Amino acid sequence: MNGRRSFLRGFLSVLLSGGTVGGILKILPSKADAREAPPKGKKWYGFGVSIDKCIGCARCMDACKNENNVPREPFFVRTWVERYITRKNGQTTVKAIAPGDEATSESVSDKTILRSFFVPKLCNQCASPACVQVCPVGATFQTEDGVVLVNEKTCIGCRYCIQACPYGARYLHPKTHTADKCTFCYHRISQGQLPACVEVCPTQTRIFGDLNAAASPMSRFLRMNKIHTLKPGLNTEPKVFYANLDGEVR
Amino acid sequence: MNPELIHSLQELLKQIQGYIYPNEIEIHWGLLIVVYPYITGVVAGAFILASLVKVFNVKEVQPLYRLSLLTALAYLLVAPMALVSHLGHPERFYEILLTPQTSSAMAMFGFVYAWYLMAVLLLEIWFVHRTDMIDMAERSAGATRLLYRILSLFSKDKGERAVAFDHSALKVITIVGIPSAFLLHGYVGFIFGSIKANPWWSSVLIPIVFLFSAIVSGIALVVLLYMIITPLTGGKINMKCVDKAVDFLFYAVIVDFSLEMVDFIHRVYQSEEEIKILSEMVMNKLFASLIIIQVLLGMLVPLLLISLTKIFKKRFSLNEDMRKMVYFISVILIQFGIFATRWNVVIGGQMFSKSFRGLTTYKMEFGGIEGLLYAIALLALPIAILFVLLKVLPPWKELREEGETGTEAIGAGM
Repeated sequence: MNGRRSFLRGFLSVLLSGGTVGGILKILPSKADAREAPPKGKKWYGFGVSIDKCIGCARCMDACKNENNVPREPFFVRTWVERYITRKNGQTTVKAIAPGDEATSESVSDKTILRSFFVPKLCNQCASPACVQVCPVGATFQTEDGVVLVNEKTCIGCRYCIQACPYGARYLHPKTHTADKCTFCYHRISQGQLPACVEVCPTQTRIFGDLNAAASPMSRFLRMNKIHTLKPGLNTEPKVFYANLDGEVR
Repeated sequence: MNPELIHSLQELLKQIQGYIYPNEIEIHWGLLIVVYPYITGVVAGAFILASLVKVFNVKEVQPLYRLSLLTALAYLLVAPMALVSHLGHPERFYEILLTPQTSSAMAMFGFVYAWYLMAVLLLEIWFVHRTDMIDMAERSAGATRLLYRILSLFSKDKGERAVAFDHSALKVITIVGIPSAFLLHGYVGFIFGSIKANPWWSSVLIPIVFLFSAIVSGIALVVLLYMIITPLTGGKINMKCVDKAVDFLFYAVIVDFSLEMVDFIHRVYQSEEEIKILSEMVMNKLFASLIIIQVLLGMLVPLLLISLTKIFKKRFSLNEDMRKMVYFISVILIQFGIFATRWNVVIGGQMFSKSFRGLTTYKMEFGGIEGLLYAIALLALPIAILFVLLKVLPPWKELREEGETGTEAIGAGM
């Protein structure tokens, strides 16, 4: 008898702690086409990349490192450019190019190449960012205009966000020991300027702007191109949009 | 800037296979994060073993009851050390407790940990040892007396009603404790399993696999400690108790192994886009730690050894020393196997690129916070804490006397 009563008591306490279940139900969307809609009347920043225009000059990388005090070493980057070479036998090789990289001038025999192109990469500033979800202290957050930032004063350096980012966009800054990543040059765009990489791009591969603006290079880019985003299956809803993205790119 | 880090990363650049994103060269969760789930696993497993006695009335393993509770406590005290010292800013750790973000699995750690430590483990240990502590306070003098007075929270009542209350309180705590132990380690599994960006981790089975491997490692460790400590303190190993504990261990290993096989078969059969890079990783980078240590030495060999003692029961029951040796080897192998399991989950999950086009390498440091020496120190620390706990709250009486009643109970029950 006593055993049964204590069992019931234990069972009830477990049930009570199930208040969290209600919380989980709340975050489930009730419509299949539910999307993070851009808030009306406010700025909601996005980024466009015209893959066919990129010549792989890596000036964007250089400008980004200068503008944002990113360490010079090749393994700390906020933005980078990948070179894809698909050969006629179907094999694809990928390489990250670097400013002044000798390898960029290495040529592959034309006869074996099926197609070749460059893909600039940066933080996708996802509308539903996995990094923000997992940050234990809220140091990584999304601004009202849709940019994901890191507060280096409160980041504890646990690197959970680095693990959660599907795009490899984050790194641990070796000086501050906090997570770091592309901010769309938030200090520049909040002054009405363009991000540094967009500013220096000689071919206008990179386009930046407010997704809510009726007429802008950004909205024109979205109107005139077939658009794709990276790893859409993960439901992170990236706001970096690619024109003519090849299926090989991940 | 850390020139050593830069140098070691530059060395790693040469060892990359295929293409990885530039930021992926550095493996961010190193040896310390391998140690962390290993330690919490032992905590949960040791507690489950203790609850076998209290909740499921498995009288034979009574001699292990207090030992497993104290083992759980010793390991639980060390668990956060591994986590905190790996942070980029360890001094900001309190932010997790003060300004936790509710959507973060990691932020819940403080609460799960505090709940388990305060509401389950300390409470249970206190109730178990309350009357003993009063006795010891009465028997000793001076500082020791004061110590036991404080530990017993100045309670003095040894009356029948008080003792009866102790017993019913223990029952409730253990019943709350089992889901809590499941929560503790299942939650550690969820930290990994909920990362959708990482197909090596992202699996609903991960929390359950973590749970069963926790039970395996906890039972195996307590049995190992019992088999070492008892002869050292001049006692005789109670084979009825060890037999029973190894029985449970055997079943737990089978469940754990089956779950991991289900996960493996599921991945291979579904064969999604990441399967090529994952199988390349397993065959090249994780072959020794996964195929050899985790599966072969950590599971199949112990399963075979323990099955042999079961199949040839008559022959082995005649020869206790032989059985002891087989168990001893098995529980040690299992410890290495479970440690390798943690390694393969944590390190393996970071060795392949999320572009699914290449692999990086983990180069373990020797000194320093992320190094081998510190990890060994963290693994040795719980043993030191346990040593102190055993001095303060000695379980010897139980290890001997109640063990014998356990033997009688077997004779009566079987």
